[in-house]
Amino acid sequence: MINGNLKADYSADERILNNRNKQFFVYGSMFFLTLFPVFADDYAVLMACKMGILLIAVIGVNVLTGYTGLISLGHGAFIAIGAYSTVIFSNLFDGLPTGILPFVVVPLAISVSAIIGIIVGLPSLRVKGLYLAVATLAASFIVKFLIEQDLFSPWTGGIVGIDTPVPNILGWELDTKREMYVLITVLAICTMLAAQNLFRTRVGRAFIAIRDRDYSAEILGISLLRYKLMSFAISAGYCGLSGALGAYFYARILPDQFGLNLSLELVAALIVGGMGRTLGPFFGVIIIMLVPELIKISMSSATGGSLDWARYTAPVQEIVFGLLLVFFLLKEPLGINQITDRMLRAINRWPFARG
Amino acid sequence: MLSVSDLHLSFGGIKALRGVNFEAKKGEITGVIGPNGAGKTSLFNAISGFYTPHKGRIHFNNADITGISPDKRASLGMARTFQNIALFRGMTVLDNIKLGGHTRLNTGLFSALKYFGSARKEELELRRDIEERVIDFLEIDHIRKYPITMLSYGLQKRVELARALAMRPSVLLLDEPVAGMNREETADMARFILDVQEQYGTTILLVEHDMHMVMDICSHIVVLNFGQQIASGTPTEVAKNPAVIEAYLGVAA
Repeated sequence: MINGNLKADYSADERILNNRNKQFFVYGSMFFLTLFPVFADDYAVLMACKMGILLIAVIGVNVLTGYTGLISLGHGAFIAIGAYSTVIFSNLFDGLPTGILPFVVVPLAISVSAIIGIIVGLPSLRVKGLYLAVATLAASFIVKFLIEQDLFSPWTGGIVGIDTPVPNILGWELDTKREMYVLITVLAICTMLAAQNLFRTRVGRAFIAIRDRDYSAEILGISLLRYKLMSFAISAGYCGLSGALGAYFYARILPDQFGLNLSLELVAALIVGGMGRTLGPFFGVIIIMLVPELIKISMSSATGGSLDWARYTAPVQEIVFGLLLVFFLLKEPLGINQITDRMLRAINRWPFARG
Repeated sequence: MLSVSDLHLSFGGIKALRGVNFEAKKGEITGVIGPNGAGKTSLFNAISGFYTPHKGRIHFNNADITGISPDKRASLGMARTFQNIALFRGMTVLDNIKLGGHTRLNTGLFSALKYFGSARKEELELRRDIEERVIDFLEIDHIRKYPITMLSYGLQKRVELARALAMRPSVLLLDEPVAGMNREETADMARFILDVQEQYGTTILLVEHDMHMVMDICSHIVVLNFGQQIASGTPTEVAKNPAVIEAYLGVAA
């Protein structure tokens, strides 16, 4: 209900940014992201890179959990598969020119993740809800277990981890965090757009249909088998890409980085941000990464950074963060996206009724 | 068009259907009536593929469809609505109706991720088709952007019909299309059902308790009681049938 927002043809109405306010918000954010590395210090760029990597994975989990309604507690495993595949394939295809290596390795890593995602998704045809969550939980443990085995350590480095290659895109060596920031940001925007595109076509609509009412979806000709597995493949593929970027970003990867904590973090970010919403992962990742950081900074300045206090502040940070999450979920069960929706609605209707 | 022969369905000891036989003729409206628990919805579920009958066959367009899955039946041209509205509550009216076009579209995963190109062309074509053929037809233009949860019961029923129509079905199964509606809404719905039949020549099979409406719009009626088919014929024949009167009213001792 925005004044002057009339559409004269269907293509204008089918746009993602179908009104001025959305355009303003999205283009404004992109402008900010472009200028960010110019002004930010090294630590802020580092945090932004970490957030971008997590964001891509959470977008993937959003496709599966938010839109298709299948809960997974094992997606940390796909990030691990993406990361380790990148390292293993990079070593394997040593002979290729380094400039084109990422173009071979990353798609391969994504494909491996997606294929294993389909296998892990097979139980979803029989079990739903919490039972599926438990079934996917197993994936998280099995993958970590396999990586840690001595048998595979020539490829995976075993429990002590393995050094990762420096990415080189057509001769451009991304050896600083600022360069990685550019790559990660571009990919994060592209993947977010791709995920949004999905829900403008029959594929994404089929996912939502399965989430909302599976028997009704079947009656409309949607094969549950095909689309549930497709959803698993997409989300695992996104996590695979996230893992590949992680491998390029960190100098060394360890099995412990990809434990149950990571899987839970993905789901937590999604719930806080807003499930089944485009920008949900975006807001969720900001909260889950920045709030602990802010708590840490404010605590250390409150205690004057003294070491005597450090052993108390560390657990208190976790407790405060946990309480904040509970508070958020009580006040905004549909996530931060709900707050921004309300604000956008108020702006759209201004100067008329709010609501 | 759609025929059911000697259909038997049971759940453990409960015999939901015991030898149902009828044919829904092409382009006609066939009504299925019967007291509560007569097996009408079970019959629908068997026809649309949720239940596999114990015995008997279901034929659609001269092909045996008894064993195939619900989603395959949809692509053969079978659409249905549910007694308790089965719309997708997280989506807008427009998206719900677009889902009806699912089987007619071909967009695969990669073109969906890319959107520009074939997927966009197909989506715009679908949008135009739905706007002109379904939304305009059922007079729901004003609510196309509304989420389902904001609509009244009567409108939700109409949106469900719209979603089924977007499938361009050759057979349309309507499970209690006017249940719980007031007189005006019932009249509207009856008018829409007749319009669908007239304009698109769709074969319609409907389950309904509203006798006035059934008698008015159906050309053929099948009566079920305790899973058995007790009568079948034109509305006037059925209304005079003593077995039907007994099932509905009981007989004086």
